[in-house]
Amino acid sequence: MENLGRIIKVSGPLVVAENMTGSKMYDVVFVSENMLMGEIIEISHDRASIQVYEETGGVGVGEPVYRTDMPLTAELGPGLIQSIYDGIQRPLDIIYSRAGDFITRGIMVPALSREKKWVFNSLVKVNEHVEYGDFLGYVDETTLIKHYIMVPEGVSGEIIEIYQGEFTVEETIAKIKTSSNIIDIKMLQKWPVRKHRPYFKKINSDIPLLTGYRVIDTFFPIAKGGTACIPGPFGSGKTVLQQQFARWIDANVIVYIGCGERGNEMTDVLMEFPELKDPKSGEPLMKRTVLIANTSNMPVAAREASVYTGITIAEYFRDMGYSVALMADSTSRWAEAMREISGRLEEMPGDEGYPAYLGARLASFYERAGIVKCLSKKQDITGALTIIGAVSPPGGDLSDPVVQATLRVAKVFWSLEANLAYSRHFPAISWLNSYSLYNDAVKEYFDKNIHEDFFSQKSEAMTLLEREAELEEIVRLVGIESLSGAERIILLAARMIREDFLQQNAYHEFDKYTIIEKQYIMLKIIIHFYKQAIEYLNIGVDINKIEKMQIKEAIARMKNMDDKNMDKIKSINDKIDIEFEELRTKEEI
Amino acid sequence: MLKEYRSITNIYGPLLIVEGVENVKYEELVEVEISEGILRNGRVLEVEGDKALVQIFEGTRGIDTEKSRVRFLGRGIQMYLSPDILGKVFTGLGKPRTESDRILPEKKLDINGSPINPFARDYPNEFIQTGISSIDGLNTLVRGQKLPVFTGAGLPHNKIAAQIARQSTVLGKKEEFSVVFIAIGITFEESEYFINDFRKTGALQRSVLVLNLADDPAIERIATPRVGLTCAEYLAFEKDMHVLVILTDMTNYCEALKEISAARKEVPGRRGYPGYMYTDLASIYERAGRIKGKKGSITQIPILTMPEDDKTHPVPDLTGYITEGQIILSRSLHKKKISPPIDALPSLSRLKDKGIGKNKTREDHADLFNQLYAAYARGKEVQELAVILGEAALTDTDKLYYKFAEDFEVQYVSQGDYENRSIDYTLDLGWKLLSIFPREELKRISDEFLVKYLPDLISEDAAQTT
Ligand SMILES: Nc1ncnc2c1ncn2[C@@H]1O[C@H](COP(=O)(O)OP(=O)(O)OP(=O)(O)O)[C@@H](O)[C@H]1O
Ligand SMILES: [Mg+2]
Repeated sequence: MENLGRIIKVSGPLVVAENMTGSKMYDVVFVSENMLMGEIIEISHDRASIQVYEETGGVGVGEPVYRTDMPLTAELGPGLIQSIYDGIQRPLDIIYSRAGDFITRGIMVPALSREKKWVFNSLVKVNEHVEYGDFLGYVDETTLIKHYIMVPEGVSGEIIEIYQGEFTVEETIAKIKTSSNIIDIKMLQKWPVRKHRPYFKKINSDIPLLTGYRVIDTFFPIAKGGTACIPGPFGSGKTVLQQQFARWIDANVIVYIGCGERGNEMTDVLMEFPELKDPKSGEPLMKRTVLIANTSNMPVAAREASVYTGITIAEYFRDMGYSVALMADSTSRWAEAMREISGRLEEMPGDEGYPAYLGARLASFYERAGIVKCLSKKQDITGALTIIGAVSPPGGDLSDPVVQATLRVAKVFWSLEANLAYSRHFPAISWLNSYSLYNDAVKEYFDKNIHEDFFSQKSEAMTLLEREAELEEIVRLVGIESLSGAERIILLAARMIREDFLQQNAYHEFDKYTIIEKQYIMLKIIIHFYKQAIEYLNIGVDINKIEKMQIKEAIARMKNMDDKNMDKIKSINDKIDIEFEELRTKEEI
Repeated sequence: MLKEYRSITNIYGPLLIVEGVENVKYEELVEVEISEGILRNGRVLEVEGDKALVQIFEGTRGIDTEKSRVRFLGRGIQMYLSPDILGKVFTGLGKPRTESDRILPEKKLDINGSPINPFARDYPNEFIQTGISSIDGLNTLVRGQKLPVFTGAGLPHNKIAAQIARQSTVLGKKEEFSVVFIAIGITFEESEYFINDFRKTGALQRSVLVLNLADDPAIERIATPRVGLTCAEYLAFEKDMHVLVILTDMTNYCEALKEISAARKEVPGRRGYPGYMYTDLASIYERAGRIKGKKGSITQIPILTMPEDDKTHPVPDLTGYITEGQIILSRSLHKKKISPPIDALPSLSRLKDKGIGKNKTREDHADLFNQLYAAYARGKEVQELAVILGEAALTDTDKLYYKFAEDFEVQYVSQGDYENRSIDYTLDLGWKLLSIFPREELKRISDEFLVKYLPDLISEDAAQTT
């Protein structure tokens, strides 16, 4: 074959080949007789630099490079849900059944089963005119997901045949007559992962995406279709948060990317999700989940691809009108993969050796989030894609280039802090340094659906926390004695907010998820306690007595109460009043 | 016949360039013959055109451009294996250390191994009782976990590692751990300390020792952990054994990595360590765990010295990002004569939640450790306050926390080198220490357990209500 490339250099995951004239950037190639998959990332004259998605040990100069003249694509169609893929969308379960416990090289397995038959239900009729993005029909992929089959890009015309029944993803389910020819439509479609999938238009997101985390939903909410980042040092709780989101977040489809992280963390999800039930439908969580696992010991270049594979799958479900949440843990490993390849290409290094295009790559990734009006003009379909990325800065140092580049594009910043994690304040989200730029956008939703004082209540609580930080400074310098009674009550209330509201145990049956109504009530009770305390202090009740009130224990236990017992929780409010009255009577004021 | 080259053109640091080569493969094993019978081993770091960049494990001293002959062996570095490796000692490159360490191999494996398919993994969830309260109670180790010890120069990390190796058991199971001990650039004395301890307890017959000592070639350390882990994988996944791997000291490993990177003139990452160190370390640490359908397991205890006791130094930092928690030793506790000086607050076992609770340790374990941690954290804060303001300035409640933190260090953290505490003992000790607090301070423990395990308090409460 004269069209073969020939390897002239092997340096880790980077291979350079000559005789590559005519190949295009980002084309997929296969390297050596082992058929190791790679992607062209630089071209110079007849030479192409290739990042290889598998280990290159044993590859040498002179070996062939096979071209495909096709970009790296994701396979889209029924069978995605409940899958676990590596970074280049090879199903790890199938690899396991073929190759055993360890991943060997050069295995080629299609992402979607070619044998499995799906029941296709048509939604269009013969002679109907259809265009790119219109729904042709659907497959009930799982009990939770109706998988719509859409008219692929570049096709518009009349339906001349539409089928109904059981098909594999490669069988024709419809024929469309376009202006030039007749096209067979199959359920399997391919999409180049580095290209974002188009939509009709983006719209503003003003609905919160509820997570069940009190510190998030109440103080630093994320909007549907929004972007958030979670930077934090090791062990601060990024993965626990991401996995909790994957479990309980209010989305239809979850795409979870384990990018350069631990194998056991993926196993954890794999073993647990089929058992855990989605609270709304009672169905196993796995039935709405797609997993991408390119763990830290798997080839580095494929880490880079994993992020793109994941987001393409996420966009695909968004285009069906679903609310999709994508979790990427951790984007730092993706950036490091970029750095490694860039170093081997001997590109000019930027900050900390990261390539100059780091910021641009991150930005265009987060830009793929949003609420969109989908392409179809027939149906009014809105889909949402929310992106939550973990960032792992060295030493937890936020001046890290990946953190900084991410902060420029992500709209929510949940800052995880080591000192909080050490004192087992989980989630270790700093209430003083975090922010959400969606606060204004989602206000109306909370006003309407929860209570019109939801926002004023939370800013009251935040003020208490800020005051606490100032007062603690004073205590540190001159001791608690120097504080007035009112100031000590601020400390008392702020501590309640921290310990009884912000802290949340991911492993507790009821505490792990708090519905927004309960969040509101909990905070209301604490603020009520604070106001009463100030009032009774002013009429002369002893501060030391207030600090020792019994009711504190009931307040502390609110979070562990089942939200089905909302009345019981609400009744704490009255108990606060009763105990204060008792205090007053005892002191004969 | 292997082709031989006499075409070394450049030698710098641990690296050399050989020109005019054909068919050389990346990562291939290389042999350099300096003079009759004197061999050095290396591996190919990069091939370009007819040039190969080779890293020499034993150092380049004595290699020249005229006489030295280079052979490329057409394969990676392999470890020869059979069940007889138990009780044997190997060099950092996996060769028998003495004649008596020679075995009849049943199998050869490439020391780089292959990544475990995440789908093939089984989640580690079996509690290992180490008999050390601050580990069992607060940073519970489970079978298949990788839990490093972050230490500082002069701290007693070896004692702790030896104690873990000596005392570790899985409750209700008979199997004993096999030990793979991997010495990376540590002194002869340190290594003897372990070997003697293994000998005394009879663990030596169940151990494989892979030793690269301080005066052994530094670059060989790149291979040493991989040699040991190849043994561990063989024993665990082919011979059904539960293997405890001790790697010490990973900081020396990273130094070797840095040396090669510097010689290659790569753009350095933080503090001169290469940018790919995370990935490289992961290829070592991720070789721990359990596999579905396999009886054996690999539990890793890497030990690493934090330069200047700095946890944010790249070696501990990147390790912490890969391992499933960390045990951190503290110099200030060591000065206070708390032994083992385990700093409970920044230490963490991430897999503990799967290994504790009913039927594993005890139902109250999770609540108890949450409370102990919180109380100790507050106690330490209060102690700091007291340093500035004097103890008298503390509130009554804070005084309790102050006392708690002291008692906790002396009674709970501190224990004898040969004291093997049962998990029940450890848990009960926790309750005893917490019993100085009034009940409303014990917010993290559910009522049910307070009633069951804190009998004193209930009677007090009952007395109040009647
Ligand atoms: N919300 C929570 N509730 C209870 N425990 C938590 C919570 N979040 C974190 N933890 C504890 O902290 C540990 C570390 O959390 P996690 O693994 O998420 O850290 P991480 O930030 O992802 O670290 P790395 O960067 O190393 O991956 C967990 O194993 C758990 O013990
Ligand atoms: Mg993590």
